[in-house]
Amino acid sequence: MLEIKDLHVKLEEEDKQILKGVNLTVEPGKVHAIMGPNGSGKSTLSYVLSGKGGYEVTKGSATLEGAELLDMEAEERAAAGLFLAFQYPVEIPGVGNMTFLRTAVNAQRKARGEEEMSAGEFLKVIRAKAKTLKIDADMLKRPVNVGFSGGEKKRNEILQMAMLEPKMCILDETDSGLDVDAMKLVSEGVNALRDEGRGFLVITHYQRLLDHIKPDVVHIMANGRIVKTGGPELAIEVENNGYADILAEVA
Amino acid sequence: MAKRKLNVEAVATRLASLSMPQGSAWATSAREAALARVESMGLPERRDEYWKFTRPDTLVQADAPIAALFHNEEGPLWADIDRLKIVFVDGVFDAGASDDLTHEGLEIERLADVTAKDIHWAKDVYGVLEANGQDAVDRPIAALNTAFTTDGIMIRVSGKVSKPVNLIYLHKSETSDVILHHCIKIEEGAEMTLLETGPAAARLNKSLEVEIADKAAFHHVRVQGRDHERRAVTGIFTRLGAESTFKSFTLTMNGVLTRNECVIELTGDNANATIAGACVGDGDDFHHDDTVFITHDAVNCESRQVFKKVLRNGATGVFQGKILVKKDAQKTDGYQISQALLLDDDSQFLAKPELEIYADDVACSHGSTTGAIDEDALFYLQSRGVPKEEATDLLVLAFLAESLEEIDNEALSEGIYERLEGWLARHGH
Repeated sequence: MLEIKDLHVKLEEEDKQILKGVNLTVEPGKVHAIMGPNGSGKSTLSYVLSGKGGYEVTKGSATLEGAELLDMEAEERAAAGLFLAFQYPVEIPGVGNMTFLRTAVNAQRKARGEEEMSAGEFLKVIRAKAKTLKIDADMLKRPVNVGFSGGEKKRNEILQMAMLEPKMCILDETDSGLDVDAMKLVSEGVNALRDEGRGFLVITHYQRLLDHIKPDVVHIMANGRIVKTGGPELAIEVENNGYADILAEVA
Repeated sequence: MAKRKLNVEAVATRLASLSMPQGSAWATSAREAALARVESMGLPERRDEYWKFTRPDTLVQADAPIAALFHNEEGPLWADIDRLKIVFVDGVFDAGASDDLTHEGLEIERLADVTAKDIHWAKDVYGVLEANGQDAVDRPIAALNTAFTTDGIMIRVSGKVSKPVNLIYLHKSETSDVILHHCIKIEEGAEMTLLETGPAAARLNKSLEVEIADKAAFHHVRVQGRDHERRAVTGIFTRLGAESTFKSFTLTMNGVLTRNECVIELTGDNANATIAGACVGDGDDFHHDDTVFITHDAVNCESRQVFKKVLRNGATGVFQGKILVKKDAQKTDGYQISQALLLDDDSQFLAKPELEIYADDVACSHGSTTGAIDEDALFYLQSRGVPKEEATDLLVLAFLAESLEEIDNEALSEGIYERLEGWLARHGH
């Protein structure tokens, strides 16, 4: 599904290397988690994969089902099936949430040569999906993320994911700013989307999200590289002992 | 008022090409008083305080610069809305193309017919509100308009009229130099909606005087034509009675030079005035100027100024907005926002917001910002699959939306929205 090979990335504006040879393969149907201390390059990895500006890939590749993501515009990556749930979802005053989602769904369909979704069909689908995420009609009408609480913003991300039905989902610290109930709700939303054709890459600081979204593989990232890979027990080790032991061990 | 050496020669040159139409005693006296104002003020110059950002020369020179005709491939705006249509071709009323002017609650007459009458309500409006608007700032082009205007419409509103009156301006001569003057008097408790659409002329000088009585309401939505080469200087002069409402919105697309002035005086308690505008300009020959002066002279009045401009490829936008709160105008609520979205480094926005407050119990806020497209929002939209061009248009429309919200009538604002979408589609990336 997603295959990252020897990915090196530096900041465009300054000579600072952030990713120093990341290798990672996510198979369809699997949930991979990336944990790591602040500044290890986790969020940069998610931004570079989804096509945010400001970064320069100096070496390596990242393919989704064989297609090179790094050569595509951000919107092309989305249409190819990549989705990033933002750590900090962006507020867009003046653009209604519903309009935004319908534009996005249809833009992707158009890019893939599929028929656009009619207004009626769209409404039916979004209402059903919003309901399971406890997103009310008012939240759908309001401008994108404007005035949303932290939990509402994250639920809105998951709603977008559910509507866009991507092949590969990257969740960037989706647990940040969530209370226990909201985390449960969001996790349920994510779990509902788990199926054998879809891959997940869950970036998080804490093990607690992984209690709800159970990973198949856990990676530890430090200083721009994946330094250790293991099963779910690796996350528990981090939770109990912090990163120091693991980092000392691989150093 | 004349604080400087007058440009006597420039005035003489301009006046030489004009002649004052005949009329009854009151009209002639109003015209002569206006002419005297022009002569004492002189014509605007670049060094004038309120003309620093906009070059007045092509607006005041004797002959109008030629403006090539523009073929508008769009269908008529608001085609589905039942309107009373009044058509002007290059500034001349076209009875054949206009609807029957009789309508319940409205008394509509042509300027020339009105000024020929010895007794008419327009006597208390025509040139009166304009003269009033000269109080704090010289507006010689408006005085020149009162003195020499040749056509226009006078409307007295005596009831709540739901059918909008649409003044449709057609531009068919590339040398037309037009001075139009409309007066509207809205009686106590009455209400009307005025729509203005079209480019009017190669060069247009237009005044609109609106007297709004107690508990009356005036709604105004205007779309200035898309002709690339036209020039326009327009003035709205209005006076609001107690508990009355004034709401005006203008959409400007293209035009080499547009100066829209608006002078609002809140004279009755609990009155409410809104002046808003959206403008989209493309190219270094686009220049748009909104100049507003609002005087609060009564208790508990509210005024709003909401101006949004989207500028690209070297376009220039200007905003000069002033709120004056007089000593006894307590509980004034004044809101002013002017924002520009610059789509490149070559475009510019020049803003001069002013507050002058003499009352002590007021809430006045003003904000002026200049910014580019929000890169984070753009990436967010793209990351969901919306192509960059489409995402940019979506953000541009979202930016302008706040000004469109000032239009009460949804069908009217939808028409404006469609025009903007059309403009964005045509002015591709």
